[in-house]
Amino acid sequence: MPEITEWRDRIWRYRLIGTKCKSCGSTYYPPRNGKCFRCGGETEEVELPRRGKLLSYTIVYQAPTLYKHSSPYIVGYIELSNGTRLFAMLTDIEPGEVRVGMELEATLRRLYTYGDSGHIVYGVKFRPVVE
Amino acid sequence: MKAKNKVGIYGYGAYIPRYIIENSSIAQVWGKLSTPIKSKTFPSYDEDSLTIAYEACRIAIESSGAPKDRVGAIYVGSESKPYAVKPSGTVLIDALGLSRRTLSADFEFACKAGTEAIQAISGLVSSGMIDFGIAVGTDTSQGRPGDELEYTAAAGGAAVIISRASEGVLAEIEASTSYVSDTPDFWRRSGEKYPRHLYRFTGEPAYFHHITTSVKMFFEEYGFSPKDFTYAIFHQPNSKFPQRVARMLGFTIDQIKPGLLSPIIGNTYSGATLVGLAATLDVAKPGDRILLASFGSGAGSDTFSFLVTDLIEERRAKPPLRAFLERVVTKDYSTYVRYRGKLML
Ligand SMILES: [Zn+2]
Repeated sequence: MPEITEWRDRIWRYRLIGTKCKSCGSTYYPPRNGKCFRCGGETEEVELPRRGKLLSYTIVYQAPTLYKHSSPYIVGYIELSNGTRLFAMLTDIEPGEVRVGMELEATLRRLYTYGDSGHIVYGVKFRPVVE
Repeated sequence: MKAKNKVGIYGYGAYIPRYIIENSSIAQVWGKLSTPIKSKTFPSYDEDSLTIAYEACRIAIESSGAPKDRVGAIYVGSESKPYAVKPSGTVLIDALGLSRRTLSADFEFACKAGTEAIQAISGLVSSGMIDFGIAVGTDTSQGRPGDELEYTAAAGGAAVIISRASEGVLAEIEASTSYVSDTPDFWRRSGEKYPRHLYRFTGEPAYFHHITTSVKMFFEEYGFSPKDFTYAIFHQPNSKFPQRVARMLGFTIDQIKPGLLSPIIGNTYSGATLVGLAATLDVAKPGDRILLASFGSGAGSDTFSFLVTDLIEERRAKPPLRAFLERVVTKDYSTYVRYRGKLML
């Protein structure tokens, strides 16, 4: 049942919960179990900042089945304001509008659904900052 | 109704999607000559009433600094729930990081579910059962293609955090009334995708009768009159109804102007009066008094009086509703049809 795995992952998906190394301060998203990838130190869960900027992106035209309603969609490589780097889908933006360096903020959106009668899976996406 | 211990609005937030469609684009498809509004919002393919509620709640919490661990209830008013059975509030609690030791339920009363949630939470807060509660009105309502409702059924929502006045509120809730009667103006049967309506019923016996009765009862009971209010918000299913009901009750167009959004964003159903309230609070000053009268088909109307305090300046929604209005882009009927899931893939 993929829905069970989705459910276990929901909190970090909803809230941008990552892990931080207690010795070198490196942060990871998605959260990593176990030791720090860089120094081998102990890690703990932290809530990451919601704002960041776009470092790079790719536009996906051939979407996997679960994402067929999203096609074409943009996957961004984003640096959050505390330096954490992560991949996430962008939303409220069209392929012609996306620019490297643009300011983004996290929001909650539908990622995909298991058909018309199954679960709706929600998670963090990034959109151009509204202020 | 008056709360025994004074309650008020601690924080608020509102959200509308980025996409709008002009009524003229819809009229072109269906060969209609006159249309009820200029444009309306519609949700992106990845939005629903829950994601809209999330944005509104997040803005309300972050702008006001409301303590997340003291929120004791979240009630979500909507007629376009993502699930027929499975509450939206529980997803919101985990997504917003609120305490799980809380009450939560979805409310349905056509377009007045959000104000009903305010009434319920005011009671819980006033009695001392909870310290803070969040009332949400949110919808991504649909009209059958070609139906009158397709021109106005829109998407948007707002959240209001209620606490006792002693916590420090940006607006006190001075009093409220509620008036309901069995009126078959608009309905959607279980399992049906689109609502139906008795067109002749929607005006006089439904919208105008319930709002004017509720507001007049409110005036008689608490001794207010239109001149006591700086601003007023009436439920806005189109451009004409709220302007006409304002005139019928003795309010001026200037009083309803900041909260009258339906000509541009359409009817956001459970969101409508609360989005109007948010837009009004965005410009209100300490000492302003605001009247709000919702309407829900089936039918009923809640009237409230809010007295704005000094705290408004520091607790205003960030971003304000106008930031979302400034970012809208106009789409054509084909994009609208795709994003609204009317195409089979
Ligand atoms: Zn490390």
